[in-house]
Amino acid sequence: MAYLLETKGITKRFGGLTAVDRVDMGVEAGEVVALLGDNGAGKSTLVKMISGVYKPDEGDIFLDGKKIEITSPIDALAHGIETIYQDLALAENLNVFSNIFLGREKTKKALGIFNVLDHGYMEEESQKVLDRVDIKIPSLKANIRNLSGGQRQAVAISRSIYWDAKVLIMDEPTAALGIAEQRKVLDMVKSLKKHGIAIIIISHQMYDVFEVADRVIVMRRGIKAGERLVKDTSSEEVVGLIVGAEEVGKK
Amino acid sequence: MNTQKELAAGKRNIWLANPIVNFFRENLGIIIGLLAICMILTIMTPSFLTQTNIFNVLRQVSMNLYVACGMTMVIILGGIDLSVGSIIALSGVITGGLISFSHFPLITAVICGLIAGVVIGVINGVIISRTTIPPFIVTLATMNIARGIAYVYTGGQPIRVMSDDFNFIGAGYIGIVPMPIIYLVVIVIISFFFLSKSKTGRHIYAVGGNMQAARFSGIKTHNVQFFVYVFSGLMAAIAGVVLASRMFSGQPTAGQGSEMDAIAAVVLGGTSMSGGVGKIGGTVIGGLIIGVLSNGLNLLGVNSFWQYIVKGIVILIAVYVDFLKKNSNSK
Repeated sequence: MAYLLETKGITKRFGGLTAVDRVDMGVEAGEVVALLGDNGAGKSTLVKMISGVYKPDEGDIFLDGKKIEITSPIDALAHGIETIYQDLALAENLNVFSNIFLGREKTKKALGIFNVLDHGYMEEESQKVLDRVDIKIPSLKANIRNLSGGQRQAVAISRSIYWDAKVLIMDEPTAALGIAEQRKVLDMVKSLKKHGIAIIIISHQMYDVFEVADRVIVMRRGIKAGERLVKDTSSEEVVGLIVGAEEVGKK
Repeated sequence: MNTQKELAAGKRNIWLANPIVNFFRENLGIIIGLLAICMILTIMTPSFLTQTNIFNVLRQVSMNLYVACGMTMVIILGGIDLSVGSIIALSGVITGGLISFSHFPLITAVICGLIAGVVIGVINGVIISRTTIPPFIVTLATMNIARGIAYVYTGGQPIRVMSDDFNFIGAGYIGIVPMPIIYLVVIVIISFFFLSKSKTGRHIYAVGGNMQAARFSGIKTHNVQFFVYVFSGLMAAIAGVVLASRMFSGQPTAGQGSEMDAIAAVVLGGTSMSGGVGKIGGTVIGGLIIGVLSNGLNLLGVNSFWQYIVKGIVILIAVYVDFLKKNSNSK
């Protein structure tokens, strides 16, 4: 099978600690891969190498079969790899459309020489993308601080869609959300999947995993402890892999 | 079916988009405060509302406001710049010294004076953006260093500058408008548009609001921090040159406590010390309140020692009102 995004032998060390040890993983277009593991198992470090926050010590990352160099978050974004971090995704002091365009603001010429922010354009485009994911936000001029957790997550997801994410990494997308909002986020994930986006989800919630994921990859102490298709496994087996009760899984 | 909603939203947008309406709405409290002070002073002193006195007040506040414009950006960024007062002295003595001792051409001397301030800004910017040392500590250090250099360079004595051309920079007029006010208008306009309309301006808010989100969004946060401290250094340097020019001399003691006046104007203007929130417009009003207040107290013949106490109380009241406003908003 052809992975859209793939890591081969990817490794990250922090001093004497090997946080991620020669991990091979991949995700296909239109597939949701759940990345599971206990605290400190290396899930976050693994995705942070893909999103350009950490530089791998060893190993390669491939996009569409081609080796790519990711040395900064900007590189990852340029390759269409978007990440939604749990708490760090948005600047709470800025409004909705400023966040959707954060770091990639649209400007227009004023008086022929100055590049000024094009607020009208950014607001219109943001409204379009929010409509696409069917999210109602009272005003795009509202600061993120005044939105609910679900609305924030929706803004973060809209941002990724707007920027044509090929690969979307979500770190605990449903943590700290109410039940209704969790459902909404999971529905969004399903609809993104239909659009052919490759999605990696880090989650602690077994329910989420079995609800939306096609495949689970379990990390334990920096290594890949196992990999299962969701339709062929049970939550007992997955929990067993997480805590190390079973043998290292099949390839 | 959505048209009605859209129409309503559209109307609201036009209303909100009007920057002047916005400005008055956001700064309503301090604008009322400023007008109240002005009205009281107009009634109590015949000389307050005269052209001479108005220009006098504006000239007095202008130097504080150059610095405060830079400080607004620094504080929105989540930082602080304590070195600005010392930069005022450093730029002033270097400009004065190069004219009087070294007989540099006026323009060259002024440019060198400005560069001296920028260099301190660069040092602040490099250390703060490349390390995690708190800006308070870094600029506390450069505050001492810059002041020390000013003393060493002058031997502690003021450097007299006998040049009418140099004096024109700070004490001249174009028409009836004093030069410092012209610089003030230019600086305020540039700072305002930069902060509210430019990409980098937006990034300053983003870094002040959530540094990590900004970095993960691809914003070069180091460059933003570096730029802001350099800008603050330049603003202080301009204030230093103008002040030296007005006083016919570069004085190593100039600008002592200026950093606190600038911070006071910024905070009065509603900029949050925790970063991410603030506007140039508010800072201008804040600076004007401080300026009008000291001018009024002078006109009323209030002892200058008492003026400190009044200033402090006004700052406390303003910040307390802001605190009440924020608390009611979050509920």
